Amino acid sequence: MPKICMIGDRDSVLGFMALGFAVHEAPDAESAAAALHRLARDPENAVIFITEQYAAQIEEDIARYKDDPLPAVVTIPGAAGTTGYGMRAIKSAVERAVGADILFKE
Amino acid sequence: MAEIRVNPTRMELKKLKTRYTTARRGHKLLKDKRDELMKQFLEVVREDKALREKVEAGLARAYGSFSVAAAVSSPAMLEEAMILPRRAGSLKVDSRNVMSVTVPKFSMELIGEGGGCNYGLAFTSGELDSALREFGEMMTDLVRLAELEKTAQLLAEEIERTRRRVNALEYIMMPQLQAGIKSITMKLDENERGNLTRLMKVKDMMLAAGRGGTPETDEEEA
Repeated sequence: MPKICMIGDRDSVLGFMALGFAVHEAPDAESAAAALHRLARDPENAVIFITEQYAAQIEEDIARYKDDPLPAVVTIPGAAGTTGYGMRAIKSAVERAVGADILFKE
Repeated sequence: MAEIRVNPTRMELKKLKTRYTTARRGHKLLKDKRDELMKQFLEVVREDKALREKVEAGLARAYGSFSVAAAVSSPAMLEEAMILPRRAGSLKVDSRNVMSVTVPKFSMELIGEGGGCNYGLAFTSGELDSALREFGEMMTDLVRLAELEKTAQLLAEEIERTRRRVNALEYIMMPQLQAGIKSITMKLDENERGNLTRLMKVKDMMLAAGRGGTPETDEEEA
């Protein structure tokens, strides 16, 4: 059965445990990257959530899974609050596709 | 620009013309594909943006309630309460085809009602209940967000690739082929003209030789 995973620091992942997510606690960005690669190898893991704090530090590791249909690596804000990283990711996808940012012009 | 170098023959001209027609058709098709992809992409990305805003706000709220719950109970107790998922859901992964891009489609089937708790009520607090309810409400949104985000990424990649192809055809392939066709046509025309003058010259010489120099000629006869 496909699974949903969550990588993040302790405070962020605890709440998701109750949702039945396969939770992987990572004390730092390095171990988050290791956990990400380990999880991504298993085709059962369809969705991997990772906190923005870590995602910002291991951008290259995440980019590796960008162009494959699965797993979907999605950044969500951690317990420390949102850093705007996820929004920037959408913005960069728009820039990549359209060539200019047409969604976030302020 | 590197020109296509070929023998100036009718065969080559015919080949080049066929290639040009194919390139033009491919260019048109790819351009249409790009436009449609762009339309789909913008729809997805708009929804993605709205949903992300919603999820980020919802998560901030849920984390807030959770930290309140964590503050009033001991860490060991908290972890123990979390071991059994409160509301297990099974994820179903399908794939969808958007303009020949395979994108995943996630659907969530929630098992069990959301109201119950899988932990003893004696040692946990009411704050935990409400915090977990808030997390539970995020579930479907999170899965939908994952789907949209992935779709947006995959479409962005495909659009980039298609745009490159369109540009390569429009600015490299087609001008090169056109230049090739033009140069062959000119060369063939030039040969034709050369041939014509040669024939006229030969005819004049033959006439001059046949009549023995008498200027009594009929130019139309040949």
